[in-house]
Amino acid sequence: MTAISNHRSYPLDPPRFVDAPPMLRAVGVTKRYRHVNAVESADVEVYPGEVLGIVGESGSGKSTLLRLLNLEEQPETGEYTLNIPGVTGQNLFALDRFARREVQIQHIGMVYQNPFLGLRMNFTSSGNVAERLLITGERRYETLRTKARTSLLASEFPIDRMDDPPRVLSGGMQQRVQLAKALALQPQLLLLDEPTTGLDVSVQALVLDTLKRLQRERHITIVIVSHDLGVIRTLSDRVIVMRYGRIVEVGLADQILNDPQDAYTQQLVHAKL
Amino acid sequence: MMLEQLTTPQSDYSYAYLDPYAKRELRRRILKAIALPGYQVPYASRELPIARGWGTGGLQVTLSLVGPESIVKVIDQGADDSVNAANLRRFIARMSGAQTTTDAVEATLIQSRHRIPEEILSEGQALILQVPDPEPLRAVEAEISRAREMHADADYGQMWLVLYEQLVRYKQYVQGASYPAMVGGRYMISPSPIPRWDNPKLHQAAHLTLLSAGREKRLYAVPPYTDVYPLEFEDIPFQVEDQSGRVCKTTGVTNKFMNELPQPDGTVDYDLSDSGYALKLAASRAGEEVTVGATYYDDEGNFYHDGYLKPPILSA
Repeated sequence: MTAISNHRSYPLDPPRFVDAPPMLRAVGVTKRYRHVNAVESADVEVYPGEVLGIVGESGSGKSTLLRLLNLEEQPETGEYTLNIPGVTGQNLFALDRFARREVQIQHIGMVYQNPFLGLRMNFTSSGNVAERLLITGERRYETLRTKARTSLLASEFPIDRMDDPPRVLSGGMQQRVQLAKALALQPQLLLLDEPTTGLDVSVQALVLDTLKRLQRERHITIVIVSHDLGVIRTLSDRVIVMRYGRIVEVGLADQILNDPQDAYTQQLVHAKL
Repeated sequence: MMLEQLTTPQSDYSYAYLDPYAKRELRRRILKAIALPGYQVPYASRELPIARGWGTGGLQVTLSLVGPESIVKVIDQGADDSVNAANLRRFIARMSGAQTTTDAVEATLIQSRHRIPEEILSEGQALILQVPDPEPLRAVEAEISRAREMHADADYGQMWLVLYEQLVRYKQYVQGASYPAMVGGRYMISPSPIPRWDNPKLHQAAHLTLLSAGREKRLYAVPPYTDVYPLEFEDIPFQVEDQSGRVCKTTGVTNKFMNELPQPDGTVDYDLSDSGYALKLAASRAGEEVTVGATYYDDEGNFYHDGYLKPPILSA
């Protein structure tokens, strides 16, 4: 089989995110903790089906930015819109508690670096996934079981352990439970906060494979925060570089990682132990 | 007229132990609780001559409602004669001059821990339940301020997670006490540590139920004729404890809530948990003139509201 026929049988998707309007748009986001400017007038745009990487050193504000995008915290200033039917055009930072939670549950999935933040360690893994469905009003036990199972299978979790509590699972499996939980309601936006940090390299590669596959299959829009440039290089289409709460450089992943323009980015990319 | 005639005579204690201001506060809180069925009303829990955790919440409510014309019954784990019940009953009677009884039908105030009597209570009766932990959401939300927000938003979805866990592990609802219930379609309550057997008795009850937690300083109410539905999945109905095949060894009654009495030879005997009811049955057998009231569950175990309890779904 030649390369050309191969190309014909698997035609490339048209470049969706080039002319589509941004799926996520946050403008002028500023967050302060007392005298610390955690995030300062950050502008973020993510296009449908795109993977945006946020890199930067510890304390650069990348996790804070992600928490703001997950509507967990309120910024001092800024506007945040998602181009999803039902919430288009609304500034999500201005929503009341009830509406905010609705958006958070229905449209955004989040995976934390620390599984203790995202999971109930003493409840079953399937229960953790089912919780998302319960919050949206699912009250049939059989449906919950089926959906939790489907979601766990999609995140490549060993299904015979679906009723074990995350407490007794390995780090990689815990992250898969978190992923299954985040994807249970099939959100259009997935936020990943250092999803593979703390896992050993082989497990990390497997989790990244799963993420890549899910992204390809479901065209989910992903924002991933990591200080590991390898992870960013594997997953992301575009990259934001942050330092001291400011965005210092934005560009295509290859461009940023191979030909950084900003002095700090150059330093970051070339830094090796 | 003498000043002496206008004032109440000097005494060592206020009537019913609590001072008038405490009683007034409690009565106001009770009115608020009745107005908002299931809503936990905070109140200033007063010091009493018993320790917190021994029924101070229930006792304060009883003391604020009791009068010389009241007839008081105190239940502890279904029994009238346990130390705690006897102590509380004596204290209430001594401080208020109220009559006491073991007859659930005759009593006007029933303070209880763990049980609702087997005989159907009627209008005009008040059942006061002692509550150790009023917050049903504690099972899923450790932060109490967040739990209050969830009550405000009627955001109770996560409570089904507790049931889900029970079904995964045991294939049935196994929670033995404080089984959560929705009151009036709005607030979720933890109905004190009554067994699941007693949960349905709160539904459309003719009597007033007041639940009070002295240590946690909260009280809430199920007013008469209010809907109370225990939590359940749509495809797996709520079940009460199975009492079939259990026969009370003293009265021969079946299909009532039983105490299990392990015997030295390894067998198990059963005894009616509701001792007041057992006394009445024994007395009527002995030919004394007592009227045994109708019970919530009949001798076949059918609940008095037809169709309220659904048959179990037996799955493979």
